[in-house]
Amino acid sequence: MSRALGKDLLGLEHLSADDLRLILDTAEPFKEISERAIKKVPVLRGKTIVNLFFEPSTRTRISFEFAEKRLSADTVNVGSTGSSVVKGETLVDTARNLEAMRIDMVVMRHGSSGAAKFLAERIESNVINAGDGKHEHPTQGLLDLLTIRDHRPIAGTKVCIVGDVLHSRVARSNIWGLLKLGAEVAVCGPQTLLPLGIGELGVTVFRRVEEAIEWADVLNVLRLQLERMQAGYVPSTREYYRVFGVTLERLERSTRELIIMHPGPMNRGVEIDSRVADGPHAVILDQVTNGVAVRMAVLYLLAGGKPELAESAKGAPER
Amino acid sequence: MPPEERQLVLDAGAVERTLQRMAQDIVRQTPDPRLLVLIGVQRRGVELAARLAASVAAAAHVDVPRGSLDITLYRDDLEVVGPRPLIGPTSLPVALDGRHAWIVDDVLFSGRTVRAALDQLADFGRPARIGLAVLVDRGGRELPIQADVIGEKVTTAPGDRVDVLVRELDGRDAVEVLRAAPAGKGKPKP
Repeated sequence: MSRALGKDLLGLEHLSADDLRLILDTAEPFKEISERAIKKVPVLRGKTIVNLFFEPSTRTRISFEFAEKRLSADTVNVGSTGSSVVKGETLVDTARNLEAMRIDMVVMRHGSSGAAKFLAERIESNVINAGDGKHEHPTQGLLDLLTIRDHRPIAGTKVCIVGDVLHSRVARSNIWGLLKLGAEVAVCGPQTLLPLGIGELGVTVFRRVEEAIEWADVLNVLRLQLERMQAGYVPSTREYYRVFGVTLERLERSTRELIIMHPGPMNRGVEIDSRVADGPHAVILDQVTNGVAVRMAVLYLLAGGKPELAESAKGAPER
Repeated sequence: MPPEERQLVLDAGAVERTLQRMAQDIVRQTPDPRLLVLIGVQRRGVELAARLAASVAAAAHVDVPRGSLDITLYRDDLEVVGPRPLIGPTSLPVALDGRHAWIVDDVLFSGRTVRAALDQLADFGRPARIGLAVLVDRGGRELPIQADVIGEKVTTAPGDRVDVLVRELDGRDAVEVLRAAPAGKGKPKP
């Protein structure tokens, strides 16, 4: 079995089921490190990682930074404000200048779909996509998979992604990952917020959230991404809540034991009821905890390890 | 496939007797058995620690807590191991401070695993003493590290492979040496 992921993590679409399982299995022992009194292992000592965030982010950036620091890497955070990006420097120039300072990895969030791939093809450092436009957010997809797997086997589990699927890179990464690992996937939301032809991916479409709740084992409730919308996708947030909001009343009518996930940040009272977000079915904070472990696993798997040196080292297995 | 010579060093009965003797050595070298904790190094060290702990507990009439350690993230050769090894669980059920901790491993060779284990234990606490117990010492040290309790010493060439088999994982207990064929290349354990 190959235990190498390649140079970059750009999305889940092109990973195999074995790759996904390798990352999730590797994440398991990393969970325990964050529970230790000394939350640090030396495995990435001496590696330099740049977190290049061209879009605002709290959770993902801090989660990556914790993951990097708990593996003993040196980290630098670069945002679009306060950097040369505002002076008109191109993405590639920014990255090449960083590489000239001898870095090892770039974790990038960018507003344009495909930005991570574009960068990965042009620099030698490992590139980890921390969200590119509406395309993919692979580490979020992975932490969602890990959180589901904590509760039940992924294969055969019915997962419905509720809400603004159209603008959601989280939805895309989730759909790829879940389908590869054998889950049944559905989406539910207003027609204006579902991508055209989504059914062709092998995804069920529910028009009513009540039907989705009746069908699903897991609801992954997406944030209504008001900042990515021009007017006209939904009449109002209040109407959206009335029709598609995941409310306690709707959940109570269901006979199934549901798990409620949300990638954050939540708009309470828009896509999710506060009583649901804070209720016993929510695993939203478990997702955040798992995010650090899954990112540690990805960093560990991508960093270092030169296969050409491995052959010569094989003569002397470590004891 | 080059011809290899497989040589039995310890059979199941000998493994059992050796572990019994090691348990007695551990008790003898531990002033206060109530402070004992046995820490197995993944993977086969964990099984050996479990068996030693049972024997020690019976001999000294104390509960012997056990832990397990995966030293992968503390290795000094990750740059050269190529594809990443899967990491096993690390779990230390008791605080190490003031304890008499024993690191238990199947084979002592270069000493680098023990070096990594010592580094890792230091991140968990400050035992009063750390001892090292190994089922097989095959020589070939690259670091100034020696075991306090040794089951069996085996003389090996660098290309040889020492296989420790335990019934929990391998279905039977044995220690075997695969002698590398003089002309061909040995196939070391991954």
